[in-house]
Amino acid sequence: MSTLTKFSAIPYTGPAPTNRNPYVPAGAEIADARGEVIAAALQHPGMTPELGQDMPSFIVDKEQIVDVLRALKESEVLAFTMPLDLFAVDYPGRENGSRESGVGSRSNTSDLQSPNPDLRPPTADTRHPGRFDVIYQLYSLKNNERIRLKVRVADGESIETGTPVFKGLNWYEREVFDMYGVVFDGHPNLRRILTHEAFQGHALRKDYDPAQRWILTENDVAKIIPKIDPRFENVDTDYERVTLNLGPSHPATHGTLRIVVTLDGETIIGADQEIGYLHRCFEKMSETHTYQQVIPYTDRLNYCSAIINNVGYCMAVEKLLGIEVPARAQHVRLMLSEFMRIADHLVCIGTNLVDMGALTNFWYLFQPREEIYGLIEACCGARLLPSYTRIGGLAVDVPPDFLQKSQRLVDMMPKFINDVEKLVDRNKIFLDRVVGVAPISAEEAINYGFTGPCLRACGVPFDVRKATPYLGYETYDFDVPIAEGGDTYARFLVRMEEMRQSLRILQQAIERGLPEGPVIVDNPYVALPPKAKVYNEMESLIYHFKLIMHGIQPPVGETYFQVEGGNGELGFYVVSDGTKNPYRVRCRPPCFQIYSAFPDMIMGQTIPDAIAALGSLNIIAGELDH
Amino acid sequence: MANLPYDSSGSIIQRKRGGPPGEGAEKGLITLPGESEREIEDLAGGTYLTTTVDTMVNWARGNSLWPLPFGTACCAIEFMSMVSSHYDIARFGAEVVRFSPRQADLMIVAGTIVDKMAPVLKKIYEQMPEPRYVIAMGACATSGGFYRAYHVVQGIDEIIPVDMWVPGCPPTPDGLMYSILKLKEKIQRGEVRR
Repeated sequence: MSTLTKFSAIPYTGPAPTNRNPYVPAGAEIADARGEVIAAALQHPGMTPELGQDMPSFIVDKEQIVDVLRALKESEVLAFTMPLDLFAVDYPGRENGSRESGVGSRSNTSDLQSPNPDLRPPTADTRHPGRFDVIYQLYSLKNNERIRLKVRVADGESIETGTPVFKGLNWYEREVFDMYGVVFDGHPNLRRILTHEAFQGHALRKDYDPAQRWILTENDVAKIIPKIDPRFENVDTDYERVTLNLGPSHPATHGTLRIVVTLDGETIIGADQEIGYLHRCFEKMSETHTYQQVIPYTDRLNYCSAIINNVGYCMAVEKLLGIEVPARAQHVRLMLSEFMRIADHLVCIGTNLVDMGALTNFWYLFQPREEIYGLIEACCGARLLPSYTRIGGLAVDVPPDFLQKSQRLVDMMPKFINDVEKLVDRNKIFLDRVVGVAPISAEEAINYGFTGPCLRACGVPFDVRKATPYLGYETYDFDVPIAEGGDTYARFLVRMEEMRQSLRILQQAIERGLPEGPVIVDNPYVALPPKAKVYNEMESLIYHFKLIMHGIQPPVGETYFQVEGGNGELGFYVVSDGTKNPYRVRCRPPCFQIYSAFPDMIMGQTIPDAIAALGSLNIIAGELDH
Repeated sequence: MANLPYDSSGSIIQRKRGGPPGEGAEKGLITLPGESEREIEDLAGGTYLTTTVDTMVNWARGNSLWPLPFGTACCAIEFMSMVSSHYDIARFGAEVVRFSPRQADLMIVAGTIVDKMAPVLKKIYEQMPEPRYVIAMGACATSGGFYRAYHVVQGIDEIIPVDMWVPGCPPTPDGLMYSILKLKEKIQRGEVRR
């Protein structure tokens, strides 16, 4: 312990955070240049480039959006075939003719330090008025690039639906309608998706009180009658048509999913899902907490692989802050992410096999999973939801025997995986239940916006770790497993192989060893100073106080960052208004679009097939419903 | 009450060694449940015992809880851990997991209950046969946890009665196990009757 020194020199000599200045992303010039190329290729009059973003970005006229989406999709050069995300941001200040970003609209949270109004982004152009930014993000597999389209909509206005172009937009449009009240004209089924039938108002609007609840009683619950698939509409069979409800409390629906199917004999001829039974308001809660306080909420999105969510969110905020995480923290983040990916797949395969009656595998697979949690417990004291990362690094350093413990795990894991493979891979019962069940073609999967193992099972080798590497994944030698057919069996195979590839990455990471040095950035505007310094140095005490009271204050701007989660691309879109709370945190949950395709996948099959398929999709309710 | 050969509060089983009933009534008293494990084991050696029906039934009920996991979120994963090989709840007689409310007597509410789920929870609780017990597992089921939000029930006791609250977010499997053991004690003491 150091002796007390009065007025010691300020240890931090780097630049002070500039939350008064707008955020300038690292690759803004490249994105702008690419945006010019895209605009030139499309020659569409409805697109106005928005400069200085982290990806090519355009403001699109409200009337033109479907046209632009179709042009982007059908262009041979650009080929933006995958709808990644669609969400909205509310700027209530904008409608009254006040300044652009709507930053001043928050009264209760920004009173400690209100940002300087003179340095906010430029005022809105009069051509695109409107309170809401409806934001589309598309991805081009061909060119490995992303694009962002913004449509500005006033309260009470509507947009044309994009579902004829991208099927994946179906649920997203319902979500935007539910949360913001933006109506999509021509949408096939525009009802609330996450909140319940008795809910009033639109929860993510800035003027909605975060704690305002509406009580749903049994009488209010709407009856769901699934639409019969046109292929079966006029088929005449001897059987009676029955509508069957599965869930939300059903062992095979893993908690909170609900599927209503219409059966003709045993064949599913119509299906509809209801979600939102675990809508815990992640996005609204993020807006009422500081940047650091959001981390525990991210844990609970995909609770089977919590650390990947932590890493994704922290890296998005770090991108906004423009800070580089120390090498040691990056290394630990990478290793724990891979362990978590394995744990996620273990749970998925284990419970999927239980659904099919193979209970033994569950015992086999949960044992290594417990061991992984043992490692995480040794790192930070928590098992399932560790909240281990912090913005700028990690909460605490790893234990001294971290690498030995990891090596032990990496050594023991293949045995369990191989045992399970031996048990089921040539098992007639298993194969009969999975081969050719619930298939989806690659084109359909892309059209729905599938990512992760479910997309790779269709033969599309898209993996965020390879496409846009982060945490140094580009320096590791690993393969992206793909399978053919897109059926339940293919998904099983891909997950099994992915675990092995993760073990390969881990082995390389262990062999490289942990870099020496701190696990969190030396920046008192982001990371708390060490306790010894807080007790002994005036400046550190002040930094500590400031950071606790006023939080991290990133520069004004918006950014998107994606990682490869257990189920696919997990993205976080963070909007900062310069105050201690995020203005908007959008999580792109990979399950959402995968589950929206489920009725298409099970149509014409039987209930047991649907159960087996549902398990293989690994729908995590926390992530699905945010 | 004092004239009765046993304590009518129902917590004592009177056991007689040999001989016809009524002989040596004050000898060999065995207390149930579990004041002394050894004495319970002695039961097997006895020829007969007398007790109240309530005590015996409670003793049996506590030792054989059939849980219905109403798992919605993260806590359900920890519930799975508790059931699976490492922690193994079978050691305490509560491993017969039933997903049908009609076959279960202990509902473990594992995870956040949101307003949309609330009618479902209530319905399933009402479908359970009596006597039925409820464990609220974790912060969300107990109080809404840190989701003080527009769509989250602030504790399931808004909807159904609760016998045990388990702290933690999520509770460790040991924590949940401890609550099941505590509930067992409570049932065997005859405190939970419904």
